[in-house]
Amino acid sequence: MESNAEITRENYKSYVFEKMPKSSHWKNMIWAFLIGGTICAIGQAFIYLYSLWFNAQDASVLASATLVFLAALLTGFGVYDSIGRFAGAGSTIPITGFSNAVVSPALEFRAEGYVYGVGAKMFLVAGPVIVNGVTISVVVALITLLFGLGG
Amino acid sequence: MMDIFLMFVKAFVVGGAICLVGQIIINYTHLTNGKILVLFLIAGAVLEGFGLYGKLVEFAGAGASVPISGFGYALVHGAVQAAKQDGVYGAFTGGLAACATGVSIAIVSGYLVAVLFRPRTKKK
Amino acid sequence: MDYYKKRTLCFSNSFVVEGYTIAGPKENDGRYKGFFDFALENDMFAQNTFERAERKMFEHAIEGAIAKANLNEVDIDAVIAGDLLNQIVSASFAAKKNHAGFLGIYNACATFAESLIIGSSMLNSGLENVVCCAGSHFSTAERQYRYPLELGVLRSPVTQWTATGVGATVLSDRSEQKVPRITRATIGRVIDYGVMDTNNMGAAMAPSACDTIVTFFKDTNTSPNDYDVIYTGDLGKLGSDILMDLTAQEGYDISSKLHDCGASLYWDEQQTYQGGSGAACSALLFNSVLLSRLRRGEYKKILLAGTGALMSPTTSFQGDSIPAITHLVEVTA
Repeated sequence: MESNAEITRENYKSYVFEKMPKSSHWKNMIWAFLIGGTICAIGQAFIYLYSLWFNAQDASVLASATLVFLAALLTGFGVYDSIGRFAGAGSTIPITGFSNAVVSPALEFRAEGYVYGVGAKMFLVAGPVIVNGVTISVVVALITLLFGLGG
Repeated sequence: MMDIFLMFVKAFVVGGAICLVGQIIINYTHLTNGKILVLFLIAGAVLEGFGLYGKLVEFAGAGASVPISGFGYALVHGAVQAAKQDGVYGAFTGGLAACATGVSIAIVSGYLVAVLFRPRTKKK
Repeated sequence: MDYYKKRTLCFSNSFVVEGYTIAGPKENDGRYKGFFDFALENDMFAQNTFERAERKMFEHAIEGAIAKANLNEVDIDAVIAGDLLNQIVSASFAAKKNHAGFLGIYNACATFAESLIIGSSMLNSGLENVVCCAGSHFSTAERQYRYPLELGVLRSPVTQWTATGVGATVLSDRSEQKVPRITRATIGRVIDYGVMDTNNMGAAMAPSACDTIVTFFKDTNTSPNDYDVIYTGDLGKLGSDILMDLTAQEGYDISSKLHDCGASLYWDEQQTYQGGSGAACSALLFNSVLLSRLRRGEYKKILLAGTGALMSPTTSFQGDSIPAITHLVEVTA
């Protein structure tokens, strides 16, 4: 948009978009890569640890479960949100972000009691993940049965 | 020893790259947390529908299984495997069964944390 | 502007007798440290939930303002108060403690300016003393409008930080001393320019701020030069920039006069990005900094424009854009 053009209701959105600060995109992306990568590398370490006692698949499941538990603890101590403040997707997308999304509302809404607070609000953020995940898994499995694709 | 080191590098790079893609999407679309999680979950699930995500997991280990797309992969993988064994019944049970550990741990630790900790305000 | 219609009120007997502020810890670490009557050590205020803490802050501020004005509770005819929570519970519950009449109001961050307008009108209609009060609490607002506090999220650079604090003003229909007066006010219209991004409330509110400010200048035949400062609350830094562009387009250059309550509340190191927001910002600033400068004669005449974004999480999820409102009061020393 030209800087001397008139701002109207119609072009307001594009005017605002031009005005918005465009800072720190690069910084966000680097942090997301580093933190996300680190969390996955820690997961890999747990996989190696657990494969001393379990088969490969169980070790992988247990490693994820360990990360979930650790992230829950960090959320309780109020550390995870400080990481998320600069890591962005780097702490959201790993399974630890899912754990954080489950634990934070549970903790937050305990003041409303264990039924309507913790119980009802636990899946406030993460609920869509379970709902969509289970639905899509059933759909894909049924399609596979019908057409014999994939897997 | 070299294998193990290489695996760590692969996990780091692939996991980091998946998060990087997520961050780029956030930067340009301002999608909220919940939507980003669902988007990556569906991406992992659909890729596994075509049998692709499993290959990435074999290649990068935790680098592919730890991101939420790995959760979608595990759900679909479990459902498809069970469907092959038990038919329609398996299609409905397999997904959740494969992820039961992670989900249960998240729920129980969520409950524990809610009991043991107090919410605290953000400093910044 | 679609059409022009006069909507400015004049008040002859609205005296700002006293102001009282209670600020959160982060606010008291900000640029106006020491200006507030009472600063919290932590934002729980010795309560077990954030909501109860906010409620107690309201009780404390209303009591404090009445005491500071050397009045008794029975002297107060009405309390006009509002906050950001659903059903404005903080203000309403706090009003249980008072015997005065109570009006609960909501216009988001414009609530304080709205309460001053209603209070002044009530004095014009025969009441003697009213308390106007507004406030907000970061933690209660955050969990109602955005995310749980412990959720790790990257905040957008256009977000503002909901301030924790409550400000209360005692308005009287007479005063023996020479005190600042509320002389004129313009009621805002609800204006929606189609901004969807709930992080970017400054951009959503700026057109409404422009509308009300320009209407005031036209209604009263005044110009920005007649005022020492124009305070908006709270457009944030980006919103203030946009407002300057918009008013310049209408022929009013306010760039040398414009300050924003939210943008000036915190230091940059406190990482609030665009600055503060919330009903607390303008209430805190008016009742501490602005009032004392008016009394000392540093300011002769100022404008305070409270800007409010009127969306709720439900309307945002349903894909509606953000309507905004701005109320303006003229305060004369």
